[in-house]
Amino acid sequence: MSTAITPAAIAVPQPAPARSRGYWAGVARRLSRDPVTLFFGAVLLLMALAILFAPLLAPHDPYQTSMIRRLRPIWFQDGRYPLGTDELGRDMLTRLLYGGRLSWFLGIAPVLIAFAIGGTLGVVAGFAGGWVNMLIMRTTDVFYAFPSVLLAVAISGALGPGISNAMLSLTLVFIPQIIRVAESTTTSVRNLDYVESARASGAGPLTIVRVHILPNVLGPIFVYSTSLISVSMILASGLSFLGLGTKPPEPEWGLMLNTLRTAIYTQPLIAMLPGVCIFVTSMCFNMVSDGLRTAMDVRG
Amino acid sequence: MFFYLIRRILYAIPIALAVGLVCFMLVQIAPGDPINAIVPADAPAEVVEQVRRDYGLDKPLPVQFALWLGRVVQGDLGRSLATGRPVTADLRSAVGNTLMLALVAAFIGFAMGSILGTIAAVFRGSVLDKLAVGLAAAGVSIPHYWLGMVLVVFFSVTLNWLPAMGAGPGGSGAWEWNWANMQFLVLPAVTLSVIPMGIVTRTVRGVVMELLAQDFVTTLRGKGLRRGGIALHVLKNAASSVLAVMGLQLGYLMGGSILVETVFSWPGTGFLLNSAIFQRDLPVLQGTILVLAIFFVVLNLAVDLVQTALDPRIRRA
Repeated sequence: MSTAITPAAIAVPQPAPARSRGYWAGVARRLSRDPVTLFFGAVLLLMALAILFAPLLAPHDPYQTSMIRRLRPIWFQDGRYPLGTDELGRDMLTRLLYGGRLSWFLGIAPVLIAFAIGGTLGVVAGFAGGWVNMLIMRTTDVFYAFPSVLLAVAISGALGPGISNAMLSLTLVFIPQIIRVAESTTTSVRNLDYVESARASGAGPLTIVRVHILPNVLGPIFVYSTSLISVSMILASGLSFLGLGTKPPEPEWGLMLNTLRTAIYTQPLIAMLPGVCIFVTSMCFNMVSDGLRTAMDVRG
Repeated sequence: MFFYLIRRILYAIPIALAVGLVCFMLVQIAPGDPINAIVPADAPAEVVEQVRRDYGLDKPLPVQFALWLGRVVQGDLGRSLATGRPVTADLRSAVGNTLMLALVAAFIGFAMGSILGTIAAVFRGSVLDKLAVGLAAAGVSIPHYWLGMVLVVFFSVTLNWLPAMGAGPGGSGAWEWNWANMQFLVLPAVTLSVIPMGIVTRTVRGVVMELLAQDFVTTLRGKGLRRGGIALHVLKNAASSVLAVMGLQLGYLMGGSILVETVFSWPGTGFLLNSAIFQRDLPVLQGTILVLAIFFVVLNLAVDLVQTALDPRIRRA
């Protein structure tokens, strides 16, 4: 009987799987105990759903103008126009719902593209070191010599109005910022002992990056990138406000703020509405990003 | 120190050159022939050819860049397409106006931020702390061009206390520090100050909080030093990193005032940029951006040098 000990019999009793918590479970637990972040996250989710289902929720056509219904007050015609009408008689609620689509897109898309490009370049610079690092980081320094608003205005100003030009300029503004964060995080991880021991045991550079570097640097780079969404939103709306970026009659919050500027003496409340939307969204993104930073225990 | 100084100044030169290259490229990436940035679209063909040769636009790009750089170094930024005046003439008064607006906004923002940040750090976790943190978050999240409109609606339209736009009788050229002039500065400066207010509050809060937790503060307390004495020690240690952030913010204010200047029709560089964009006046666009960016490079250099002078640890690193 003593000769037939099965592996199961000598196996150390494993703790129940539910008790072993990974990093992400910890992040989720910390987030669930953070009411402030949850609240702002819920507001964001509601807004996202509202603009996603804009065609179902909007009471009117966003492009339908009317010369006899211009700049009507809030709750016009007993709620047929719940937020009044704009300077061309279009329903404000409808315009705000549809406008959120472009504003959100211009807030998130440039950051996502910059995250992919800047993150890659930064990790490469940090991991490779040497002249590759020099080349990438010194190029980054040049873009750092411009205040971000100025760089965005300069590039879109030269290229001319249009959504794709605004996106291009915003992406170019964010790439250097993300490169810097990615490079410094990668450099600090690269010099840790376990990377050294992986290298000593014969792991190739690609394996080291994939297995040892990326899982440790993606979090901080991601958190930093989320904090840029609110900046991107304000900048994109700002570009549209200057007449760059979105072109009329496309609904977009920054452009609406611009075209409604003439109405601040007659219907100040309505003229303020697009700005409220930008403010609330960018505040929510900022707070959620802060909450993520704390929950993911990212320093700096 | 001396060698660090030299090295840091030498390093700013290639950056300034590269900034020039980016500004030069702005006209190249603009749709259409760069010659359109110099002569009006309705100019006769022989004039266009003449200008093309005079400006060296028939030469390869690197040569063109060298020629352009040569003119810029001598203070020739070209002529405005819209007005025909030299760009430098328009820029001179505009830079003065923007600098004045940015300095006042910086003063308000830095003062508010320092006070809020210190209060938040000292009373960590209290209602005051949460209030300051909330204000800082709002300051960096608010679209300030919109805040400008709200302030105009409230203080100009409803209360009729302050003028809604313009820079007073003579702008910075004929500026006097009296209420007739200063009332024009109040709303744009307050509007512009919310971003540095938010950033400085966050920075000061973080730095002071970290310092208060350090051993030397405990020692000072144990030694029986009063609040004021401790504050002096903390201030001395916080100064260098807070000043660095403030310096950068001043640069951002200079370059970022375009939206606020547009809202308030403030006759500064932002207003100039805005009209240049509107009229596709590329020489003005290029010149303004070049001047602002070079200003930012010099400011960065100054911040670095001041920080090094204040904190010898940086030099050794």
